[in-house]
Amino acid sequence: MELAPLTVAVPLLAAGGLTAASSRVSRATAEVVALAAVLALAALCAIILARTASGTEVYWFGGWEPRADIAIGVSFAVDAIGAGLATLVSGLMIAALVLMWRYRDTDAPHFQVLMLIFVAGMVGFCLSGDLFNMFVFFELMSVAGFALAGYKVEEQEAVEGSLNFAITNTIGSFMLLTGIALVYGRTGALNLAQIGESLAAGHVDGLVIVAFALLAAGFLVKAAVVPFHFWLADAYAVAPTPVCLLFAGAMSELGVYGIGRVWFDCFAGTLALHDDSLRLVLIVAGSLTALLGATMAFAQDHLKRLLAFATIAYVGIFLIGLGLLTSAGVAGAALYVVADGCGKAALFAAVAIVQHRRLHVSERRLRGEGRELPYTAAIFALGALSFASLPPFGSFFAKSVIEDELIKQGYGAVLAVLILTSALTCGAVLRLIGRVFLGWGPVSDREPSRDEEAAPEEEISSARTPAIMFVPALALALASLVIGVIPGTVEAVQAAALHFTDGSSYARVVLDGAAPAAVATPPPYSAPPHAYLYAAITFGTAVGLAGLALFGRRLAPRGSDPLRRLGHAAIGSLHGVHSGHVGDYVAWLVAGVAALGGAFALALS
Amino acid sequence: MSFLPYAVAAWLLLVGLYGVVTSRHLVHLIVCVTVVQASTYVLLLAIGYRSGAAAPIFADIPRSTPVVDPIVATMTLTDVVVEATVAALLLALAVQAHRRFGTLDPDELGAMRG
Amino acid sequence: MSRRTRGIVFGAGALGLAALLLWGFGGLPSFGDFQGRYGELLAKSAVPERHATETVAVTTFDYRGFDTLGEEFILFAAAVGVLVLLRIQRGADEIPAEAGKRRPTAHSPALRSVAIAFAGPALVLGLYVVAHGHLTPGGGFQGGVILMTAFLLVYLAGAHLREGGIRPIVAMEVAEATGAAGFTLIGVGGMLLAGAFLENFIGLGTVGSLLSGGDIPLLNVTVGVEVMGALLVVLGELLDQRMLTRGGDS
Repeated sequence: MELAPLTVAVPLLAAGGLTAASSRVSRATAEVVALAAVLALAALCAIILARTASGTEVYWFGGWEPRADIAIGVSFAVDAIGAGLATLVSGLMIAALVLMWRYRDTDAPHFQVLMLIFVAGMVGFCLSGDLFNMFVFFELMSVAGFALAGYKVEEQEAVEGSLNFAITNTIGSFMLLTGIALVYGRTGALNLAQIGESLAAGHVDGLVIVAFALLAAGFLVKAAVVPFHFWLADAYAVAPTPVCLLFAGAMSELGVYGIGRVWFDCFAGTLALHDDSLRLVLIVAGSLTALLGATMAFAQDHLKRLLAFATIAYVGIFLIGLGLLTSAGVAGAALYVVADGCGKAALFAAVAIVQHRRLHVSERRLRGEGRELPYTAAIFALGALSFASLPPFGSFFAKSVIEDELIKQGYGAVLAVLILTSALTCGAVLRLIGRVFLGWGPVSDREPSRDEEAAPEEEISSARTPAIMFVPALALALASLVIGVIPGTVEAVQAAALHFTDGSSYARVVLDGAAPAAVATPPPYSAPPHAYLYAAITFGTAVGLAGLALFGRRLAPRGSDPLRRLGHAAIGSLHGVHSGHVGDYVAWLVAGVAALGGAFALALS
Repeated sequence: MSFLPYAVAAWLLLVGLYGVVTSRHLVHLIVCVTVVQASTYVLLLAIGYRSGAAAPIFADIPRSTPVVDPIVATMTLTDVVVEATVAALLLALAVQAHRRFGTLDPDELGAMRG
Repeated sequence: MSRRTRGIVFGAGALGLAALLLWGFGGLPSFGDFQGRYGELLAKSAVPERHATETVAVTTFDYRGFDTLGEEFILFAAAVGVLVLLRIQRGADEIPAEAGKRRPTAHSPALRSVAIAFAGPALVLGLYVVAHGHLTPGGGFQGGVILMTAFLLVYLAGAHLREGGIRPIVAMEVAEATGAAGFTLIGVGGMLLAGAFLENFIGLGTVGSLLSGGDIPLLNVTVGVEVMGALLVVLGELLDQRMLTRGGDS
């Protein structure tokens, strides 16, 4: 556990060093140093993951151990889920840096410096055991993210997207901070375990509920759950694609992780009696997010916005998994985060290749232009299959774990949400493959409007895809496949989830230095037969939807015109709500916080 | 009296958010974000206050004097730095917005529809 | 959404949020009555254990020093971010001829003389505040801002900062990077020499003297350098922009 501070110190030192030498260091040196730092980081996280597989381990900064049951220092309290997320984050960062190798006008070393700080912030957030420390790393990650999103500052869209991102997320952070202040006012503590003990010994009143609502709201803004999600598509559309890879695969998921960490370690002890109602609220929120994200994804022409809304859709599913508030739900969500994170990152990497070769990201404009890119098409196909949660992809096992738990908790109806979400997102990618790589689909009757285009991220298109761009894309796609195939992964995640949800054992480990409670090794997991059925239904629906989108106009019967117009009107109004105006976004944010607080008030009092 | 500081914090939060939502000028919007930040400072410091206590600096007072809570002061200090830097970043974006769009009116930055 | 719809959505949300906040804040201890044991414990231990009289500085740099590391790097990231966001695109933006020559900014002799007169004292004050952070109110962050002001006064006086061919922004970048990396290295030093990251490894000294408090004065210095550098980078970039927009485009 002595290695834990190095996970933050190494990237930050590299960042400081690169900046100190910024006028004299060449682009190649900066890239090499950054890559070396992140490789070291990934190795450290992997070692920590191996160490914490058997339970939580604690590291006290400054050597300040708890005294008289009060935690006086800041701690890293790492369990397998946190360490696993940190490893995922560093792995994705390696892929992003390798992908970025080819971009000619990166402002080195400042770009690498921002990426290093970004990864340090994310890793610190995953490993931290102190509420205010989590906030500090949350902000570190956010600030670096704002600058990275606005990186292509010569374009109008980048400035606006970054502004929307920055303003909404900053307000989300204030909600978070207000929640932290309330918790501190009640408990006088900032350490997660100590807060948990203190709250559990007290009574539930307005303060506890509002504090949890504000903390959840802050995290949900980062996670981009409806109605806090508006900023995400704007930010993804304008950020450089390797940065989107990190946003999609790591940053949004950290919001869901934050809620889980705070719930199980701080609030579960005191609010556990109201589990069922909270479960309902979280699952409803997750379902709304999943359906909205999936629908909007299917209705997008801009490739990166399509993937952005797909990210929102999957965050909805992660929230459903977490919202079940059981270890099985957490296990499913955690596994899904890893598998889906790799899959989405692979898709973003593939989009980067398409941009490199063809400059555009509008699906209609790219129609048929992908015919000479068969390998890129293969990566898109792998990504689509991962979205459909087909076996043997990791997402299949993750989804079947969540499905079983949903049925067990009496939420069988939500299975339809899962199936529909996967079908829509997979269908969107299949439609994309058909249109771009096979040239199917109707010829566009209108030019894409300016906001459906993105300015090219490079000056000229290339004749070949450099291998260095292809390797991360392929590696990520294979990772999402391999996660499901390696024996023991599902059981390891289930064991990790058991530790994650055990708040009282966590408190004993952190405050008393006790050894973590042993958990029974879960039995080998095999997906029940109905999971295969659902996967088949999902994929079939996806193919059907894609086919409808590509060929529907030719086959549509006469009488479906009013139906089609209704559909267009509905989609049009959804598009209209996503107006790009930051005032709208903040208005929805405030309304969302009020609604969330109201829902919690009803559920938890 | 005992609830007034908290009410002030809540008011600042709401007024700042109102300013952000209805703003017609990006710099005004960013300053409203600063107002929302201020609400968190007021809340934190109000929480840690102890009546009749001194500042937690023992250079010239006996060690046994009751002092206000130093943790909230630390949190506020961190808060101030964090949020000032975010404001700096936002203002840089506003400068760029003015150069790219020629306007600072959020209603007119219309690039991100859909 | 039209302004009206936005207003309605916000109004409903704000009413709900107000109700929530008042309900939540109602559970807080009444103003002046805070009973937190954590803060009390730290206030009692600051002088005997850390030999420093400024409890907030002890909390910021010693007990909760890791938070300060993160906070420092947030400032650092923001400064680099401003650099990145305001960078000049090759050929895309016009750099007016005057900007390259750095004409003096102040044409009023009164402003020039007052600014120069105050620059020296501001520098001394800044150094004093940084150095005494563990004894009296102040410290790296506050002192760094005052140091930044000293340099700003020089700029206001119209004096040229460019000496020896080093662009001032680059020098400030080096300063902020040194400060940030310095803090981290002290932390690593703590790991190697004392056992835990950011654990004190310097002698504690006598209470009240300038060299007491262990590594707190050292951390104050690194933070002061970093804050000064970062804020000057930010200011420099924003002021450069002013020169560009004034001279070049509309």
